[in-house]
Amino acid sequence: MTDTAHISLLKQDARTVKRNRAEARFKAYGLIAIGLGVVMLVILLTTIISRGTGAFQQTFLTLEVTLDEARLDKTGNRDPAEIRKVSTFGYKPLLNDAFETLVATTALQSDMAPKDMSALLSKGAEAQMRDAVLADPSLIGQTVEFNFLASGRVDGYLKDRVSRESIANDKNISVEQLDLVDQLVDAGVIEKRLNASFITGADSSDARPEAAGFGVSMVGSLTMMLVVLALALPIGVAASIYLEEFAPKNWITDIIEVNISNLAAVPSIVFGILGLAVFINYMHLPNSAPLVGGLVLTLMTLPTIIISTRASLKSVPPSIRDAALGVGASKMQSVFHHVLPLAAPGILTGTIIGLAQALGETAPLLLIGMVGFIASNGPETINEALLSPNSAMPAQIYEWAKRSDPAFYERAWGGIIILLVFLISMNFLAVMLRRRFERRW
Amino acid sequence: MANTSKISARNVQVYYGDNHAIKDVNVEIEDKTVTAFIGPSGCGKSTFLRCINRMNDTIDIARMEGQILIDDEDINDPKVDPVQLRAKVGMVFQKPNPFPKSIYDNVAYGPRIHGMARNKSELDEIVERALRRGAIWDEVKDRLAAPGTGLSGGQQQRLCIARAIATEPEVLLMDEPCSALDPIATAQVEELIDELRQSYSVVIVTHSMQQAARVSQRTAFFHLGHLVEFGDTDKIFTTPEDPRTESYITGRIG
Repeated sequence: MTDTAHISLLKQDARTVKRNRAEARFKAYGLIAIGLGVVMLVILLTTIISRGTGAFQQTFLTLEVTLDEARLDKTGNRDPAEIRKVSTFGYKPLLNDAFETLVATTALQSDMAPKDMSALLSKGAEAQMRDAVLADPSLIGQTVEFNFLASGRVDGYLKDRVSRESIANDKNISVEQLDLVDQLVDAGVIEKRLNASFITGADSSDARPEAAGFGVSMVGSLTMMLVVLALALPIGVAASIYLEEFAPKNWITDIIEVNISNLAAVPSIVFGILGLAVFINYMHLPNSAPLVGGLVLTLMTLPTIIISTRASLKSVPPSIRDAALGVGASKMQSVFHHVLPLAAPGILTGTIIGLAQALGETAPLLLIGMVGFIASNGPETINEALLSPNSAMPAQIYEWAKRSDPAFYERAWGGIIILLVFLISMNFLAVMLRRRFERRW
Repeated sequence: MANTSKISARNVQVYYGDNHAIKDVNVEIEDKTVTAFIGPSGCGKSTFLRCINRMNDTIDIARMEGQILIDDEDINDPKVDPVQLRAKVGMVFQKPNPFPKSIYDNVAYGPRIHGMARNKSELDEIVERALRRGAIWDEVKDRLAAPGTGLSGGQQQRLCIARAIATEPEVLLMDEPCSALDPIATAQVEELIDELRQSYSVVIVTHSMQQAARVSQRTAFFHLGHLVEFGDTDKIFTTPEDPRTESYITGRIG
């Protein structure tokens, strides 16, 4: 009877076909987008790892040095003041002698001057010997085995960064020296080893890339994070609780709210110049100090913490507040006994994300002088950590990346690995905390 | 019923911003009596209920005029602390809202913040008494440390009632306490309300006229912000005086 109106379910009509196609297309776009993202991530990680892992290994040269009494302590009475008078320059001949002995006692084939041989070592080798002698004057007169850092070029040669072709115009190293390096590697005198001082040490001057370490700038970052945590968390949480729970809803609070969101979008370099103007020029806090860096990053992190704290306070159902008020709790009791514990996981997560953001921030540090070759020693007290000049992890990476010697470039990648390890562990911690403390109702 | 008046409202007006939500309500609520507020949605019965323990204070735009006296004391007097008032006037909400804490802590919270127990064993006693009067003791006595949110809806609501009576209030306000419950849980809660009448003045807002008829001795009918009729429940449901009340209870409006 209704033949023409009958629609078979077994056959898809044109509209359905079109709709299904559109859906399939959309799914494909999504898959492509995710695929691209994953590929980028893999490329990023492999690049970072392949370029950065080299920084964790360093070439060392083991050498027996006779600490000649005639050169180091002419009077022979081991008076520290006397020993101290001998500068690093005075130790140089010892190295030359040591190489001469090395060539004489082993089967090394080289007609280079000993002076050129000792150029294989880091320029810090003399200082290393001197420090050892000053620490223990009884070493004078003995023959002591030292582990010297090889120079950046030798290290680069062992890491395939330097080759005989690439050094054609390089005054720092010659083909003959590389030949000697080959022999020393075979003899086991030169070898690559794990370089703990990259993780613990301080930055070095341009001439000694092999000695540059990341540790002191890690301490700088850590100090700044402590400042940020100690200031931004209480201020941010207090501000959010007041705005969310106590403040009347009127145009003043509206303006404050809008401006907090605006602050979150302000470029970080603006906070840097603000810090320069207020904390350094006006309040006369010391230049390059992690305290100032921490204050600037606190300003930068506050909006993030306030926004996430308010969001998590908002997500606590109002029925909980009613329940608390209903049994005669005061407003503050209802907030501190019930609302805040429920919002805590969100607040913690927001804080950690804010801290991670601050940890990776470089731009504001440029303006308050936390970049450059700054600290050659780690701080010893909390005060010193806060007030003496230091760098921070991302600023250190930036500093290394802009230096000319490719050996620093490798260290920049190594620094990135450490920074990423920090960031990923912080984000992981945030996820763990949220999982652990999340409560359902 | 020769009960004395516990709560008296005189010319109460409530405004939400420009909206005049309660218009000139006068009502005398007796002690040890269940009073039901009925009326269509938006008629102001919940708003009026929330005036009695000043929960409307938490809403910025709400404003009240007139007087509400509890035991002849004006609850809006500047000397009155709303927190103290709420300890005296307990409230049970429409949706069961236990704290996401243990059953024990749910009940113990009020007595704790009001300093009602000097030591742990006194607190234990208060919690047990409240849970017994909330008719839920037998179901939860073995799992007091379990979260209150893990109970069924009806149990949660009885827990909330136990929580409300743990602070020894004199008045218990209930805002549609059974609307989220199934008939069996509703019956249990209604039975409980009837028992609570021995000790408290209970005011219950309900959408169910059968419920009002079952549990209350006095009924107030609200319509569009006016208190249309107030009297003995039997009389309201059998011989209402106002035509609007009659229309509502027979189902023609609402």
